[in-house]
Amino acid sequence: MFEIGLHHYLLVSILLMSAGVGTILTKRNAIGILIGVELILNAAGVNLVAFNNFSWSGGAHGSSGVLGGPVIDGVVFTMFVIVLAAAEAAIALAIFLNFYNNHSSIDVTKADELKG
Amino acid sequence: MLFYAFALVTVVSAWAIVVSQNIVRMAVYLLLTLGGAAGLYFMLHAELLAAIQLIVYAGGTLILIVFGVMLTSKNPFIRTEASSTEIATGVMVAIALAALMLLAVLNSPLETGAGVEQGYHQIRDVGHGLLSTYLVPFEIAAVLLLVVMIGAAYMARRRTD
Repeated sequence: MFEIGLHHYLLVSILLMSAGVGTILTKRNAIGILIGVELILNAAGVNLVAFNNFSWSGGAHGSSGVLGGPVIDGVVFTMFVIVLAAAEAAIALAIFLNFYNNHSSIDVTKADELKG
Repeated sequence: MLFYAFALVTVVSAWAIVVSQNIVRMAVYLLLTLGGAAGLYFMLHAELLAAIQLIVYAGGTLILIVFGVMLTSKNPFIRTEASSTEIATGVMVAIALAALMLLAVLNSPLETGAGVEQGYHQIRDVGHGLLSTYLVPFEIAAVLLLVVMIGAAYMARRRTD
């Protein structure tokens, strides 16, 4: 409890992820759902970087990264997660703009033309 | 101690997004969440990633979301809220998911390493890695960003008809 360990960061990641899922499930605004998706991606990022940090040991696994240094796989993965999140937010907002131009509302319950 | 500050800011802002009904307030709480996550990255010896998170995520994606809020709100005081049963069900599912994941994490043996030496700067390794070990994802991400830029600009263009 006094030494910040891996479990503390995993607890933060778990709480972020469940907040993201709760946002997706309870929002009717499409941009609110996009914010929930961003929360889930952040939770995954915190998870990855926490595992990367706590896997640095003096043993064999510790020094097999780039240039013989520690492993940085989690950090680079999270970097690409951030890039993909930005790209996905741009496309999602373009779709939302088109939806708003056609329906004059950003409410997701108005998107029911394909309903059977 | 600093960990508890950043973690508290991150988690409380994230759950404030769930509770809030106003879309602009949700964007502000997301900004606080992203800032708290960047602080956590600083504590995990990932300085370059924390800077990238602040510049790209909080300073790019969040601004994009705020632009989206501006362009899709006819009435500035509009409040679209779900019914209370939907909100209760959603929050219960989120809490159940959190409990399930917490159970999984606490019951699994996770062994941690000894940490990294002081004065380690990660930016050199990341820079070398992006051009040697992680070259293929780097190039693919570049092509993907080009495609996304063209696609989003085309989809969101002003229709003159």
